[in-house]
Amino acid sequence: MNLVERILARASGKSSVSPNDVVFAKVDRAMLHDVSGPGVIKVFERIAGQGIPTDKLWDPDRVWVAEDHFVPSAEKISAENIARLSEFTSRYGIKNHFRYGMGQYGICHTISHEEAMVMPGDVYVGGDSHTNTTGALGAFACGLGHTDMAYVLLNGEIWFKVPETMYFRLNGRLPSHVMAKDLILRIIGDIGTDGGAYRTMQFGGTGIEEMSVEGRLTLCNMTTEAGAKNGIVRPDQKTAAYLEERMRGAGREATAKVSLGRGGADYSEPDGADSDYAEVYEYEAPELEPVVAEPFSPENTRPVSEAPSVELDKSYIGSCTGAKYEDLEAAARVLKGRRVRIRTEVLPAAISIYRRAMESGLLKIFLDAGATVGPPTCGACCGAHMGVLGKDEVCISTTNRNFPGRMGHVESRTYLASPMVAAASAVTGRITDPREIAHAA
Amino acid sequence: MERRKGGGSRSMSGNGAVTSGVIKYARDNIDTDVIIPGQYLKIHDYAELATHAMEGLDGDFHSKAKDASFIVAGRNFGCGSSREHAPIALSHSGIKAVAALSFARIFYRNAVDGAFLLPIEIGEDAYEGTSEGDVVTIDVKAGQLRNETTGKRYEIKPFSEIIGKIIDAGGLFRYGMQQKQQQQQPES
Repeated sequence: MNLVERILARASGKSSVSPNDVVFAKVDRAMLHDVSGPGVIKVFERIAGQGIPTDKLWDPDRVWVAEDHFVPSAEKISAENIARLSEFTSRYGIKNHFRYGMGQYGICHTISHEEAMVMPGDVYVGGDSHTNTTGALGAFACGLGHTDMAYVLLNGEIWFKVPETMYFRLNGRLPSHVMAKDLILRIIGDIGTDGGAYRTMQFGGTGIEEMSVEGRLTLCNMTTEAGAKNGIVRPDQKTAAYLEERMRGAGREATAKVSLGRGGADYSEPDGADSDYAEVYEYEAPELEPVVAEPFSPENTRPVSEAPSVELDKSYIGSCTGAKYEDLEAAARVLKGRRVRIRTEVLPAAISIYRRAMESGLLKIFLDAGATVGPPTCGACCGAHMGVLGKDEVCISTTNRNFPGRMGHVESRTYLASPMVAAASAVTGRITDPREIAHAA
Repeated sequence: MERRKGGGSRSMSGNGAVTSGVIKYARDNIDTDVIIPGQYLKIHDYAELATHAMEGLDGDFHSKAKDASFIVAGRNFGCGSSREHAPIALSHSGIKAVAALSFARIFYRNAVDGAFLLPIEIGEDAYEGTSEGDVVTIDVKAGQLRNETTGKRYEIKPFSEIIGKIIDAGGLFRYGMQQKQQQQQPES
């Protein structure tokens, strides 16, 4: 069995599973946010009317809640949703509720790794499509809708069709101007927005072993854009060290140890010779280059070197996929000592990242360059608030989608790119390869 | 604020045959951002959500939906976000089924598990052979989409076993209740 099959077999109490088997898997962790939380509350109200008991959750300690989409409250409806969410968590005894304005909070997928809410080998479901992100920690991480999340909260399990697995092997180390974002955009360009539909996208090879945990998180985040059920990377010592550092940071155990296995299973072991992959793709890291996805689909990719000369109005460096600490660090390397020529917004994806960026001087670099630094929020990434695009505005963005209207007006245009490309483009006002800026320095 | 109430909210069952008009979107990758734009994710009143259905793609959707309960579309319908708002907004606008070449997974599961509408997988023949304004019958039991306007019949892809059971039960919670009852009362 491959990695996902091993996790799903364990979670469904079976000795083995195969693609297309339908299993009810026990859930280890479940997440809601300020959109899916009120959605689940609505489902609870509906089913209570049908005589289904909703008085207690299966395990409130396994549920955690983020506030991210419409925070700080965009207007009165979102303020009311936050109030409903708080009422819900206190009523059901959910302790892990990350509230804005009260210490650590941020985008749910960012909190999942910054607060070590998910462990290798977990079955982790969340009421958000980019729940796939956290598969980078070696978990089966999958997004669900409100009805399914309500079912999980009450029953602790949910059905899955065991997915086929596509294996993406990265050979060698990425060049310094190429980021994980460039690789995943390239992959989506190659396989299309339904190229991974219903399947697992697993990443491995020497390039993934060398890649940081945050790079792996970027890859898994955007498996959603290829339609995948989940993305996953085999957990290793790097995964354990990353989580242990954050568990200590979160003020839990000073000597926290992360297990890479569960109940006798060791998920850090490579997939056995009997592992089956529906398809295997190979990428040579040294040959990769910076990529953008043009409007209006993440699959409309082309190398930055071949991108059209487009006048940009704005550069947006934010979101779960593009505002982790290393993303900000990469953008700051490009912006250091330079001035932005277009509106540039930087929104660290969690308070812990914001704080680190402040302490290490990244925020000063952004402010010196003329950028605005905002609070953690999904914000304009999903067209919610705080920097949305007007008619005909053109944006280069480190986010993950560029469908019509995604970041605001249906006639605005978004180019998806890595933090380095977004930063380089902020300096020139047009789509720019980071190497161009480096040479100019 | 004036609120226009959406249409019927009951989805069709997996057994009956339903005849209605077609709204055709001859394109692939109709994503959740056009089905229900992100700014409305804060809304959880189903009737109000319905008033914004397809706002990102088709300003005439609601006038079309007066006479049509089916959408016919291309590949990867409902790609993008996990927002259950998408099948909810369509269902509460009176849409009973979406017949598409393929579906994105979360939209598909949300439609079925929440019993909002039927996601019907069709082939290129039915997709090409169905036009805006045609009247069609979707007959799940017979595995057919019949175009009453042209007189042509097409096969639809059968539901997988689990999907068929959840649809027959009327959604995931009802299915779960049935399963529990069966476990408590084993067949004699």
